[in-house]
Amino acid sequence: MVDFSLWDILRNLLLAARWTVVLSLIAFIGGGVVGLALLVIRIAKVRGTERLVSGYVQLFQGTPLLMQLFLTYFGIALFGIQTSPWTSAALALTLYTSAFLTEIWRGCVASIPRGQWEAAQSLALNFGEQLRHVVLPQALKIAIAPTVGFMVQVIKGTALASVIGFVELTKAGSMISNATLKPFLVYSCVALMYFALCFPVSLYAKSLERKMNADRT
Amino acid sequence: MQTGHKVVVEITALRKSYGANEVLKGIDLQVQSGEVIAIIGKSGSGKSTLLRCINGLETFQDGALRVDGKPLLHESPLAMRELRQRVGMIFQNFNLFPHLSVGRNIMLAPTLVKKADAATTAAQARKLLQRVGLAEKFDARPDQLSGGQQQRVAIARALAMEPAVLLCDEITSALDPELVGEVLRVVESLADEGMTLLMVTHEMNFARKVSDRVIFMHQGRVHEMGPPEELFGSPQTPELKQFLSSLH
Repeated sequence: MVDFSLWDILRNLLLAARWTVVLSLIAFIGGGVVGLALLVIRIAKVRGTERLVSGYVQLFQGTPLLMQLFLTYFGIALFGIQTSPWTSAALALTLYTSAFLTEIWRGCVASIPRGQWEAAQSLALNFGEQLRHVVLPQALKIAIAPTVGFMVQVIKGTALASVIGFVELTKAGSMISNATLKPFLVYSCVALMYFALCFPVSLYAKSLERKMNADRT
Repeated sequence: MQTGHKVVVEITALRKSYGANEVLKGIDLQVQSGEVIAIIGKSGSGKSTLLRCINGLETFQDGALRVDGKPLLHESPLAMRELRQRVGMIFQNFNLFPHLSVGRNIMLAPTLVKKADAATTAAQARKLLQRVGLAEKFDARPDQLSGGQQQRVAIARALAMEPAVLLCDEITSALDPELVGEVLRVVESLADEGMTLLMVTHEMNFARKVSDRVIFMHQGRVHEMGPPEELFGSPQTPELKQFLSSLH
């Protein structure tokens, strides 16, 4: 049997951590774009879309991410389309992220006083201009801290992609632990790496929040 | 009062309800160019709602409304954009955009709606700020200003669109007493310059001094209407008498 040094373990985990980062970024960028589109549809009050979007949000908030991953992975295959763990993990996480982000952002937009909309309307700005120049810049300020905070959830959520065979940090951890028979050591390293990814993001969210509060006074 | 006879705002049989509750029960009103009208009445009498109908912030169920001869059509965003360029509005709570400087607040609408270039709108904004006595505040942020100053910026912002009529919705109600005067002086100067004004107000002395016509609203109707000296001097209806005596 081959002997694994600690460096071997760490090196392999670090290589796999790349994919955790890439998957997180895809989920965040994709989820952000879809979430923003859903947000605009929702506040434009296009007839019928309100219930559709809120149903979409409920669906993804009310089911475990694990199930969403299973369902995308096996669901797409049902339509005869060959999927890799890559595409289904990216798709499932994008949808999941978009549902949460659109809801977070909707709350931020709702917290902008009605008078701001009314002032923009009475100045003859059209809906797009009201949104772009008056409401969204103000909502964005409020949204930064909770959005960055949610990013931490997404990073940790990518661990679940291991169940559909996507080799990221967690999957690599279980493979290495099977080979080395040192599960405690390996999973400790895995946990530390997640922490190293998430902690700076959390810190950043906190500092942003502080900055926002300081700006307001 | 200017002697222009052009009708700027024409309201015919306007009815508005929230669900089963009818708040405007058939309003007829014609506002001439240059006329200054004060709308008084108890809270809940529909005076603010009437004002908000004129620029489409509220929709109404029945009747017609024209500004500068153009009908108000809620369904058409294009028609609303046209109409709102002719109607300026000033709110009780100022509603300045807090993320923009004072100058940018004033420049925003002319830049977006009238597609005016930056130099023109900046020059116009400085001129308007001077007019409301805040020439040095161009780069200030709204939250650095007092309530009275914010409201004067809001007036400048509305004037930047060169409206045919200016709606003032209790614009001094949120101000500390010592700041009311500076805002009213600006409004008075606008009236002197011939601006058409419709204002909902609780400042009876101001209404008496500045307006050409006073409208007393009661339970969703124009209950009494006339020149200020008539309306305040010899009120005809018991409701108006009671309203006026309740103020003292």
